[in-house]
Amino acid sequence: MHNIGSYEDRLKQNSWQISEQELNYKPGDVLNIGWYCSDRICQMGKADKLALKWEGIGGKEKQYTYNDIRQLSNTIGAFLRNLGIKPEERVCLFMDRIPELYIGFIGILKTGAIAQPLFSAFGDESLLVRLENAETSVVFTQKKHVGKVRKILDKLPHLKHIVIVDDNGKSPLQQREIAFNMDDAERVDNFEVHPTLAESPSVLHYTSGTTGMPKGVKHVHYSLISQYLTTKWVLDLQDDDIYWCTADPGWVTGTSYGIIGAWALGVTQCVNDIGFSADAWYRFIEKHKITVWYSAPTAIRSLMKAGDDVVKNYNLSSLRHLASVGEPLNAEAVIWSEKVFGLPFHDSYWQTETGSIMISNYPGMKIKPGSMGKPFPGITGTILNPDTYEEMPIGKAGLIGFKPGWPAMMRTYWNNEETYQKKFQNGWYIPGDRSYIDTEGYYWFIGRDDDIINTGGHLVSPFEVESALLEHPAVAESAVVAKPDFVNMEVVKAFVTLKPGNVASEELDLDIMNFIRKKLSPLAMPQEIEFVPNLPKTRSGKIMRRVLKAQEWGEEIGDISTLEDD
Amino acid sequence: MEEIRDVVLDYVIKEYMEDQDDEITYDTALISGGYVDSFSMVSLKRFLETRYKISLPDDKATPEAFDSVNKIVTLVQEFLNK
Repeated sequence: MHNIGSYEDRLKQNSWQISEQELNYKPGDVLNIGWYCSDRICQMGKADKLALKWEGIGGKEKQYTYNDIRQLSNTIGAFLRNLGIKPEERVCLFMDRIPELYIGFIGILKTGAIAQPLFSAFGDESLLVRLENAETSVVFTQKKHVGKVRKILDKLPHLKHIVIVDDNGKSPLQQREIAFNMDDAERVDNFEVHPTLAESPSVLHYTSGTTGMPKGVKHVHYSLISQYLTTKWVLDLQDDDIYWCTADPGWVTGTSYGIIGAWALGVTQCVNDIGFSADAWYRFIEKHKITVWYSAPTAIRSLMKAGDDVVKNYNLSSLRHLASVGEPLNAEAVIWSEKVFGLPFHDSYWQTETGSIMISNYPGMKIKPGSMGKPFPGITGTILNPDTYEEMPIGKAGLIGFKPGWPAMMRTYWNNEETYQKKFQNGWYIPGDRSYIDTEGYYWFIGRDDDIINTGGHLVSPFEVESALLEHPAVAESAVVAKPDFVNMEVVKAFVTLKPGNVASEELDLDIMNFIRKKLSPLAMPQEIEFVPNLPKTRSGKIMRRVLKAQEWGEEIGDISTLEDD
Repeated sequence: MEEIRDVVLDYVIKEYMEDQDDEITYDTALISGGYVDSFSMVSLKRFLETRYKISLPDDKATPEAFDSVNKIVTLVQEFLNK
C-alpha cells in the first residue's frame, strides 16, 4: 500500500493539517528542522537506526546512526555557538557531498542560524556574489576548495570564519581559518536547540535570474510541513526503505529531499560522492539495496545512453519506486525505465522558490509518460494568460500559477523584496514556466518563459555568463543562449565577438571555456563558442538573444522589425 | 605514447585537480572518481582535439572513454592513426 492512498481522497482533506498532526506540531509551537531530523527521530526509538550510508572517492565508506546525527549536529552547533555565531547569521556550506555537509546543515539549523549551501564546483566569482549578497559570517569548506575562498577574502568583510573540515596540518592555516574535524571532535550529547518558530528563517538557496545577479531564496522552518508530507506521499518513503537522492545539497532538491524529507521521516539514506558512470551508479544501487531512488532526467538519459546491456550486469531488484525532478522528463525516458527496471520514473515539478514538490505523478496513479502529473493535494494550480493573468480554459497553453500559502513557499528574495513581489500577479505565484492542463487534469510542460538555461536540471543565467565573458581579455561582446542537448536538455552556447587584434582559434575557444569554468562553474561553461563578426541587436543596441536562440532550436525567428541594420 | 600520457596527466592535474594533496596516476578514475565532471569533460575533449589536431566524435568521447589518462591515450591514438 502506498502512503498517499487515493489521490482523489487526499484532495478532500487538509494536507497541511495532516502533516502538522503527524509531526506533533501546533501553531505557535517551537519548530526547528534540525531537531525534527535528529532528536525527534531518536526520541521515537530509532537512535540506533542508520541515518546515512556514505561512499566517497577512493572507496571510502562511512555510516552514521540517528544518534550519531543528533550528537554530531549538536557538536557542530556548539562549535558555532562558541565562535559567537548568533541566530539568523548566514553559515555557508561549500563542500562536496561529504557527511560534514549533511550533518553540518542540521547543526546550523539547531543554532537558529541560516544554512546557505553552495555548489562546491562554483568558481570564485560565483562564490563571491553569493557570499557578498548574503553577508555570510562563516563558510564551512574543504582544503580542496579553500583556495577559492582565499582568493575573494578581501572582498568579504562580513566573513568572520572559514572552517576547514579536513585540514591535515600539512600547510599552515591562513587568516580567519579554523580547522574542525567533525569525526574527531568531542561529541556533545546535550545541546540546547534554538527555539525557532514557524516563520524563523532556515535556509538560503541561490538561484539564477534572467537579468541581474543570483537571488537568495529565503525559506523558513515551517517548510518542514510541506517537505515532510511530499516526501511521504510522492517519494512514498516507508520505515524500511533505503533511499537514494542523487541531488547535490548545493541545490534545493539536495536539501529539501536529500536531507530534510528523508531524515524527518527517519529513513536510512545513502549518499555517493563520486562522479557519474552507469556502472558506478548501478553498483551503488545493488550494493546498498536501494529501494527508492530520486534522480534527475539528465542522469536518466545518461543511463539510457549507456545502453540496456549494462543494466543486466547488476541485480537491481531492490528498487520499488523511482522519481525524477529537475527538468521535464521526456516520455521516452519513462518508457525506457519501465522496460529496463520494470518501474517507471515518476516525474515531479517544483523549483527553488517553491521549496517542495508542487506537481507530481503519484505512486498508484496512472502515469502519462511526458506529463508532470497533477498538483500535490493542498496545492492549487492553474494556467494563466501571460498578458492578463486570467485563468485559461483547459487545454490552452499559458503560464503556470499557484495560489500562494503552502508551507514551504519562499518568504522573500534576500535583500530583494521588489523582485519577490514581481513573482505575484493577480493573486497567483508565477514560477515562470509555460504549460497546459489536459482534460484529465495532468500538466504538460512547454518551456521557460524567460531566457534562463536549464542544463542538467540546474538553472544558469545567460546574463551571468555574458558578464563573465566580457572579463576575458579577448572578448568584446557576447550573447549566451540555450542549445538543445540530448542528455542535459539544454547546454550553454556563447556567441562572441572579439576585440581588435584577436583571432578566433581552437586555442582561444578552449581558453575562454576554461576561463568561465573556473570563474563561474562547469555548468556555466559554454559547451560551444561561436565566434561571429557581430551580434544581432535592436536599434537601441540591445542584444537580441531570442534571434540566436531561435537559430539554435530551428525555430521561427519571429518579429525582427526592431533589428539593427547592418 | 609516453609523451601523450604525460601531457594529458599534466593537463588534468593543472586544470581539474583542486586538492593538491590528491595524487592521481595514469589509471585513476577521472570521471567516475569525481575528479572531472561531465560538463568539464567537454573542455578536456577540446584540449585533446586542439593539441593533437584530431576530431573526437561525440559517440566516442564518452565518460567511459575519458575515465582515466590511459583510456584517453588509447582514444587519442585511435584517431591519430586515422
